Amino acid sequence: MTPPWAFAALGAVLVALVAGVLIGPVDIGVGAILRSALARLPLLDVDSPLTAAEDAIVWELRLPRVVLGALVGAMLALAGATYQGVFRNPLADPYLLGVAAGAGLGATVVISYGPIGADGYLLPLAAFAGAVLAVAGAYVIGRSLGGERTTATLILAGVTVAAFLTAVQTFVQQQNSQTLNEVYSWLLGGLTTGGWREVALIAPYVGFSSAVLLLHRRALDVLAVGDDEARSLGLDVTRTRLVLVGCATLGTAAAVSVSGLIGFVGIVVPHLVRLAVAPSFRVILPLSLALGAAFLVLADVVARTVLAPAELPIGVVTAFIGAPFFAFVLRTTRHTP
Amino acid sequence: MSAVAFERVTVEAGGRRLVDEVSFAVEHGAWVSLLGPNGAGKTTLLRVLAGLRRFRGSVRLQGRRLDELGRREVARQVAFVPQTPVVPGAMSVCDYVLLGRTPHMGALAREGVGDRAAAAVALERLALGSLADRPLASLSGGELQRAVIARALAQSAPILLLDEPTTSLDVGHQQQVLELVDELRRADGLTVVAAMHELTLAAQYGERVVLIDQGRVLAEGSAGHVLTEERIASLYGATVRVVDNDGSPAIVPMRP
Repeated sequence: MTPPWAFAALGAVLVALVAGVLIGPVDIGVGAILRSALARLPLLDVDSPLTAAEDAIVWELRLPRVVLGALVGAMLALAGATYQGVFRNPLADPYLLGVAAGAGLGATVVISYGPIGADGYLLPLAAFAGAVLAVAGAYVIGRSLGGERTTATLILAGVTVAAFLTAVQTFVQQQNSQTLNEVYSWLLGGLTTGGWREVALIAPYVGFSSAVLLLHRRALDVLAVGDDEARSLGLDVTRTRLVLVGCATLGTAAAVSVSGLIGFVGIVVPHLVRLAVAPSFRVILPLSLALGAAFLVLADVVARTVLAPAELPIGVVTAFIGAPFFAFVLRTTRHTP
Repeated sequence: MSAVAFERVTVEAGGRRLVDEVSFAVEHGAWVSLLGPNGAGKTTLLRVLAGLRRFRGSVRLQGRRLDELGRREVARQVAFVPQTPVVPGAMSVCDYVLLGRTPHMGALAREGVGDRAAAAVALERLALGSLADRPLASLSGGELQRAVIARALAQSAPILLLDEPTTSLDVGHQQQVLELVDELRRADGLTVVAAMHELTLAAQYGERVVLIDQGRVLAEGSAGHVLTEERIASLYGATVRVVDNDGSPAIVPMRP
């Protein structure tokens, strides 16, 4: 039996995808887009009604950007939910263990010292490497101090690593004031550079991480009773945590490498689901994935239309829409936060 | 063959011996109460049995060496009710009890029909049926303790460990919980090892008691034999009178 929330989530994703493709400065109708889609299929004898320019707008600009937004949003929300479960901390977000600081340093170094025009390939790679190395560093430090209270030491190690890397990043950034603007706009996050290449770049990581995380959704419920009791229930806590943190980090690093630092999605979407639907990770993980995708795609639509032709940083939109909505949900639900 | 056999078990932490060469055995279907002042090592012994603590020496569960069993196998043999369970307040009672099925499921599997049935039986036996959909945070102390025991029962393990199961309960609920556990023990042939604070209750329910001090076994045997006024005076620094209460000793505190 498929629960009703599954259909609602699918509906939300569909609405967001359609809105993302339809809405933009150039007005292109649904029918025309559908016919151009059919025209792309083999064996069907349908002519696309779109001009070459319109065709490019739909298929090379809007669609890849929408897909990229969905991948990034889904990954951030899923990773946020996972971090909150693993650390039993409602304030945990995917950047908790230093992903943001590591990616920021990697990106800043490439923008400041990299060869001109290297941004395309080198920047996501550097951001990805920085993010993964930062969390790996935090994990190694946390484990070496660990002992009985691993989660707390892990979080502290993450804070330490993040502070150090942010210091280095700021130093590099201030030393190269000519690229200050570029660094800032990367840090604020956005899907402006989103094309099929970026989609192809992150899809394998997001797909793999999401699959592994979804398979572990019951293990996250077991972790909710604490390390000790989870162990006494037969769960290999250390290994489970390593797998969960590893996959959440890998996926987040991939997302961040093409989108910069988009805040709020990873923390608000999982809480929304928890408060509005159910507190079990068996529901929170799949729903966060779907609603994270829908939320970010819609936020991006707003980001690129409000000040068109200029764009708002998407983080501004996620917070501006998300925060009041979250406050509303907090007020109207009766679950324990 | 005993259900549980400790042989010269030693646990050290930070250069201190928490448990010092402890040996004792628990027969199948028995209820053994571990007694002793705070910090005596009762909880550490239970944690050793639950596979949560490294130790030297030998511990056997149903004749098999504990340190050779995998984590899941230990969890199928031993269910542990900690003194202060971590309570995920928003989780429903039913979902919480279902967590007890973890050692019987594949690492990434979902609960099957058998798991749901086992959880339903556990809920029913602890009279939690009507509370199944309530979040844990809304339960009273006694109800919560029953939920934790139901989770342990859903684990279908032949050995049940209780760490101070009555600490936060009033006298009525203390009795209710211990009676319930004793009924389950008799019905299912469970072996119960319980660390207890309340000496009189420990004597009533424990067929045997093991008195522990500073990590060592001070005395073991029937409650009447072990719990003497002199021992309690020297061990707890308490002035008490031990009176006969239907064949089991009742410990009555006196003004010194």
